[in-house]
Amino acid sequence: MQIRECALAKNKKNSVTAGEVVYKTNFQEALERFKSYRLALVGSFVFSLIFLMAIFANVLAPQGPEYIDFEAVRQPPGNGHLLGTDNVGRDVWARVAFGARTSLTVGVGAVVVALAIGVTVGLLSGFMGKWVDTILMRITDAFMSVPALILIIIFIAIVGPSLLNVILVIALATWPTSARVVRGQVLTLREQEFITAARVVGVRTPKILTSHIFPNLLGPLSVVATFGVAGAILTEAGLSFLGLGVRPPISSWGQMVNLAQESQILLAEQWIFLPSGIMIVLTVLSVNFIGDGLRKAVDPKSVR
Amino acid sequence: MIAIRAWELLAGPSLRRSSSSFIRQGRDALSASSLPVATTESFYKIKLELYPSSRGFELLSTLVRRIGSSIVVILVTLTLIFVGLALAPGDELDTLLTPEAAAQLSPEDIAEKRAELGLDKPVPVRYAIWMSKTLSGDLGYSTSEDANVSEVLKTYVGNTAILIFAALFLGVILGVLFGILAALKENTWIDYVVGSIPIFIAGVPGFILSLGFIYFISVKLNALPAGGMHSLDDDSFLDLLKHMILPVSVLALVLAAQLVRYTRASMLEVLNSEFIIAAKSKGISSRRVTFNHAFKAALVPIISVIGLHLPEIIAGAVITETVFRWEGMGTLAVRAAGGRDVPMVMGIVVVVAITVVITNLITDIAYTIADPRVRLG
Repeated sequence: MQIRECALAKNKKNSVTAGEVVYKTNFQEALERFKSYRLALVGSFVFSLIFLMAIFANVLAPQGPEYIDFEAVRQPPGNGHLLGTDNVGRDVWARVAFGARTSLTVGVGAVVVALAIGVTVGLLSGFMGKWVDTILMRITDAFMSVPALILIIIFIAIVGPSLLNVILVIALATWPTSARVVRGQVLTLREQEFITAARVVGVRTPKILTSHIFPNLLGPLSVVATFGVAGAILTEAGLSFLGLGVRPPISSWGQMVNLAQESQILLAEQWIFLPSGIMIVLTVLSVNFIGDGLRKAVDPKSVR
Repeated sequence: MIAIRAWELLAGPSLRRSSSSFIRQGRDALSASSLPVATTESFYKIKLELYPSSRGFELLSTLVRRIGSSIVVILVTLTLIFVGLALAPGDELDTLLTPEAAAQLSPEDIAEKRAELGLDKPVPVRYAIWMSKTLSGDLGYSTSEDANVSEVLKTYVGNTAILIFAALFLGVILGVLFGILAALKENTWIDYVVGSIPIFIAGVPGFILSLGFIYFISVKLNALPAGGMHSLDDDSFLDLLKHMILPVSVLALVLAAQLVRYTRASMLEVLNSEFIIAAKSKGISSRRVTFNHAFKAALVPIISVIGLHLPEIIAGAVITETVFRWEGMGTLAVRAAGGRDVPMVMGIVVVVAITVVITNLITDIAYTIADPRVRLG
């Protein structure tokens, strides 16, 4: 109801101030609901630390993730290497810090691409209806009938593993979720009075899509996007674990956990894989908590 | 409408009180004549409206339509993936021949090899040939496994099926039991503990969970084998079971973590609904109300959740199988994809897509039967 008021108020050029007021209170209310969920605050805090780690990776670990210290292979933590060195003598701390870059790049990149495809398909499908909707939804169903990871493995086999390919492939396998959400929202929104009102006044379809439908999608999409980031980070870690992710000189958390399949590392040299494992869990959890908080903020009716 | 409001007002605040005051309030509410009393006549009238006589026919016709669209979805999936693989640079020959071997062969020899594999024909022709063969049950020859695709699939599908069915069974039992426990002990420490564990499991990737299991249970406790499907010289079922426990537990835990949340929410909703309050106010024991009335109603939405999570379980099996060196579809898919083995990859996709689509159909039907208000769409 309030969202609709806001959209109506924003339509009228002469009452922009009134619209601003409604919008602000809505946003503030959402912010309050977000803040009332304490885990979301913890998640935001942890995630911003990881984000800073990714940005300042080269400051935190000046020697870089690819520098090999031949004097210290498989060296336990300490003695110039904060977290020790891995099986070829690279600094674990440096690889963890630069791994954050890889994870966040893949997480955010894949979601941006997936949203671009999903929003376009969802808007077209929901607003055009008829045969466009039928065709697009059958394609969406087809993508959803094969588990994302299996699709991703097949695509990676085709295009070969690299950072960019991993991003594109994850996006290609996960866009149906956002397409579904957008289509559902559009279907309910387009029947509402404010859209009819806009049509009656003579607003054209592209304008209705961009300035009336799209703003109302931002809430649900932010939730989908946040969980998408967590999912993409998990998938990247899984792919690197299977040896199908980013290629070795680039560091990735999944790759480092993969080393634990070597029994010597699993049993005696845990410092090599444990930090990366902890980072994966921390990142995914914090993003999930932010997502839960956003869901509460966007949809006040959802309980727990 | 007004009567319902009055009922809510009376029953609402008493929801969380002790059962004795609860029952008293319920009786008061029932005796208050503001509520419409259901006579036999009105009851049947409602029943007739809810179950029109054409319902059986309607169900059948929607079923036929749904099966039709499921087949379309499977065909679209196969087409998209075939085209994707065919348009990609490189083909099976590239992986069969090492660069050195290819350098020794004359262009004519290579062309001959390509013709042998049917790679010289244009993509639409290859697609038509492949599709007609697939529809007649012939999935082609796997270059990476050096055997017929359907033969290879038979062994591997079975291995994965054992794993997934066991995980489904264990996961559903764990998830539903703990979900109900959390709902019954709402807002106690039991609820908080049971409710927060799944949140943390959701953040732990399957391979880290698997490695943790291997480290603590296989290595530290030396209780269970760390991988593989059989010990040497031991083909007994008991041995297979031993090897299954760890991978199945990983998959089941991930599923149960999801189910606990849904079951708890669904159970709470039912426990606070009017028919449960009515049952309690009639004096039926709390245990009977929980297990005979609430449990059945709460299970209905969970059916669809299980169906929705099947693709996730299959995806989880890919990684879990790899960690535990379980010879299933996941291990096969990773190997076939690495070897650019198109017939094998397509065979796996056929099996997985059909399984997922059929499961979706079955869940929808089960849901419709369990809850007559739901219509097949």
